[in-house]
Amino acid sequence: MGEIIFYALAAVTLGTALLTIFSRNPIHSALSLVVCFFSIAGHYLLLNAQFLAIVHIIVYSGAIMILMLFTIMLMNLNKDDESHKPIAAKIAATIAFCLVGLVLLAGLLRTKPVVESYYYSGEDFQSIKVLGKVLLNEYMVPFEFASVLLLVAMIGAVLISKKDKEKSLK
Amino acid sequence: METILKEIGVETYLYLSALLFSIGVFGILLRRNAIVMFMSIEIMLNAVNMMLVAFSTYHQDASGQVFVFFSMAVAAAEVAVGLAILVSIFRNHGSVDIDNLKNLKG
Amino acid sequence: METSLVLLLLLAPFVGFLSNVFLGKQFGRTGSGVLGTLAVVASFIATVIFFMQVNSTKEAINIHLFDWIAMGKFSIGFDILLDQLSLLWLMFVTGIGALIHLYSISYMHDDENTHKFFSYLNLFVFFMIMLVAGSNLLIMFIGWEGVGLCSYLLIGFWYKNQDYNDAAKKAFIMNRIGDLGFLIGIFIIGYLFNTLDFVALKQAILAGNGTANLALIGTAALCLFIGASGKSAQIPLYTWLPDAMAGPTPVSALIHAATMVTAGIFMITRLNFLFELAPDVKMIIAVVGVFTALVAAAIGLVQNDIKKVLAYSTVSQLGLMFLALGLGAYEVAVFHVITHAFFKACLFLGSGSVIHALHGEQDMRNMGGLRKAMPVTFITMLISTLAISGIFPFAGFWSKDEILLTAFHGNTVLWVLGSIASIMTAFYMFRLMFLTFFGEFRGTEEQKHHLHESPALITVPLIVLAVLAAIGGAINLPGNNWLNHYLAPLFKGHEAHHLDNTAYMLMGIATVGALIGIGIAYSMYISKKQVPEADDKVQGLHKVLANKFYLDEIYMAVIVKPIYALAKFSRDYIEKGLSNIVFGFGTVADGLALQGKKMQNGNIGFYLFAFVFGLCSIVYYLFFVR
Repeated sequence: MGEIIFYALAAVTLGTALLTIFSRNPIHSALSLVVCFFSIAGHYLLLNAQFLAIVHIIVYSGAIMILMLFTIMLMNLNKDDESHKPIAAKIAATIAFCLVGLVLLAGLLRTKPVVESYYYSGEDFQSIKVLGKVLLNEYMVPFEFASVLLLVAMIGAVLISKKDKEKSLK
Repeated sequence: METILKEIGVETYLYLSALLFSIGVFGILLRRNAIVMFMSIEIMLNAVNMMLVAFSTYHQDASGQVFVFFSMAVAAAEVAVGLAILVSIFRNHGSVDIDNLKNLKG
Repeated sequence: METSLVLLLLLAPFVGFLSNVFLGKQFGRTGSGVLGTLAVVASFIATVIFFMQVNSTKEAINIHLFDWIAMGKFSIGFDILLDQLSLLWLMFVTGIGALIHLYSISYMHDDENTHKFFSYLNLFVFFMIMLVAGSNLLIMFIGWEGVGLCSYLLIGFWYKNQDYNDAAKKAFIMNRIGDLGFLIGIFIIGYLFNTLDFVALKQAILAGNGTANLALIGTAALCLFIGASGKSAQIPLYTWLPDAMAGPTPVSALIHAATMVTAGIFMITRLNFLFELAPDVKMIIAVVGVFTALVAAAIGLVQNDIKKVLAYSTVSQLGLMFLALGLGAYEVAVFHVITHAFFKACLFLGSGSVIHALHGEQDMRNMGGLRKAMPVTFITMLISTLAISGIFPFAGFWSKDEILLTAFHGNTVLWVLGSIASIMTAFYMFRLMFLTFFGEFRGTEEQKHHLHESPALITVPLIVLAVLAAIGGAINLPGNNWLNHYLAPLFKGHEAHHLDNTAYMLMGIATVGALIGIGIAYSMYISKKQVPEADDKVQGLHKVLANKFYLDEIYMAVIVKPIYALAKFSRDYIEKGLSNIVFGFGTVADGLALQGKKMQNGNIGFYLFAFVFGLCSIVYYLFFVR
């Protein structure tokens, strides 16, 4: 049962990812990516990481993708106006794709499992309760740093995208 | 609670995320629209996240998932700043085609 | 109490220096002069207090200010040693220094940089006190270098004249050669005895620690003597002193006659216990001293510049002092240093007064007949001239006689040479007097109209110094050896000369010799009314002397020219070769960079491709190669 769900989800993930990079219209790309993210959230659920799946949907499918769609609309990029890349660039991209895929897969194929055979101990390690404890005890300092990082990013984004008044006067 | 790993093993997830990562790389190299390139970067990030979660479950250790949280925070920050930069580039150049951005020429 | 008094003694001139440097312009010309004078007077008063104390208690004062260098067993403290010798030296350094400061207030009044002048003078006095009062060789070396620096600054004080700058550089470089010797000497002593402190050194040597390594001690003594001969203008390093007359006259009086040039004598006297272990070096000192006395006196015979005559007479007198040092008669050398300080300072200040009256004229051929116009200057200079010529009963008579007496007991050849030098001294000094003050005035009419006696600020120091030059010999009369007793704790039992028939005979010979010299001068310049010829008409031996034995030319040909040639060779070939190599690296890097620049073509797609390719290479290396 799980196996079937997994392969179905994996097909969706890969397919929408490919759609994302191939569709000419940026809006279509964005929508495919949303589907892709949802399927990844499904993978998380399969792996029993419910909290992470929820967060993933909120952050990626919600916040990030909405931001991207807004940007696309702001720039009025919703039509297909991308000029064609030279053939050489396309070939180079394909070669790079094959190369990365080959190297990564070959690398992973050569790995040996640390745990000989997987077995589930039944211990609770990924409920919200446990994660919260880990996050606020062991990873307290990085957690605070992450909050600072987000604050800085927010201020930076506002600053950068603000219209340069002097320039617009000219 | 039983997990999927029992049925298909962790290796399948590794192959899946490797493929997803390669697709991200492909997208970055193939497209010239900066926004789509951003999306490709997100795909790559998610490929790595997925692998982290798979290993976290495999080892039954929460640290991997905590790391995914941080990775998400970084991704969110990156997208916010990156899109802001794109907006200001768009204002100055009228497009987000990276082939027009040659200011880095040495 | 003692510490604060020492700090006053040491730092008063330094404070004067600082305030004159930073605030001198605000004080005005007279103000800065008064300030500088007061600073030195403060030091003088402190010195007198210490002098009284040590004279009555006969105990040296050693004051530890702070630890300076401490490494393992070897440590150097910043200590001040006020014993009989250093206090005696400080007495005339600060005393004469104060008089010369006073004199300079008037002398330098019309100069635009008066405050600078006084700041340099104060700095000089500060370093001189450090040199004299330091209780170890390193502090002495600080002072030693410091006075060299001040000498440089003051010789080149009128820096707009390139000749003066060259003279300053010459003095500095000559001194550096000597300083190197001094430094090497210090290193050897530090290596041998593990201390640089005078008291500790003396104890170590008296305990016989150094006798095992006499050769090295001899080397150290020789190196120290080279240092001394640089600072005190002995052969072969004396040529800077006559050129140093480029500085203002008070500077010549203070530095190049009375105080700084005696630093070498002070150092050798201070380390007399060390030199006692090296009789060969002492012999070298005596021979160098007597030859310096002779050569300088011979050159002095024909000089026409009033200050040059005095400069060569200084070199000659210093030579006599070194003769005494070389013969082991340290207290005699000290005695002559003191009397010489009195009369030479007086002579220089007097010549300054003359130059001042003649508006910068220094050539004696353009003087004459000043006796009536400048009576005070004339009388004070006459007294000092009698003193330097060794006429009874002036100060120079006693000290010079002591030196010749010592020489007679030590080595008759040295005595003969020394006596000849002192006869020549009498001749050229009276030549100076006759040419300057007697006969008719030979300058321009305009100068004649402006002839005047100098103001009181100039004449008062002259009078004080002349009085000292007249009676200064009293501190060590043959019957009443106050100085010998005073200095007795410093020297290994050196019995005073008895007033026997030999002594009387020698005094007689010396006086007769001096009178002969004066007589020759009188017959040449008063009876026959001769005036020295112009420089290009002199011939024969006279020409050789007028050209200072061509020593400057010889130095030029033997040392300076080859160094120039070497420098030129280095510049034209070695440096060019080196820079070609260096430029070669630059050219190669530049070419590589030009090629590499092409990779930065601004195409982000290309960058990304390169990035991915690099990533694959790394992963490949990590997973498949290792």
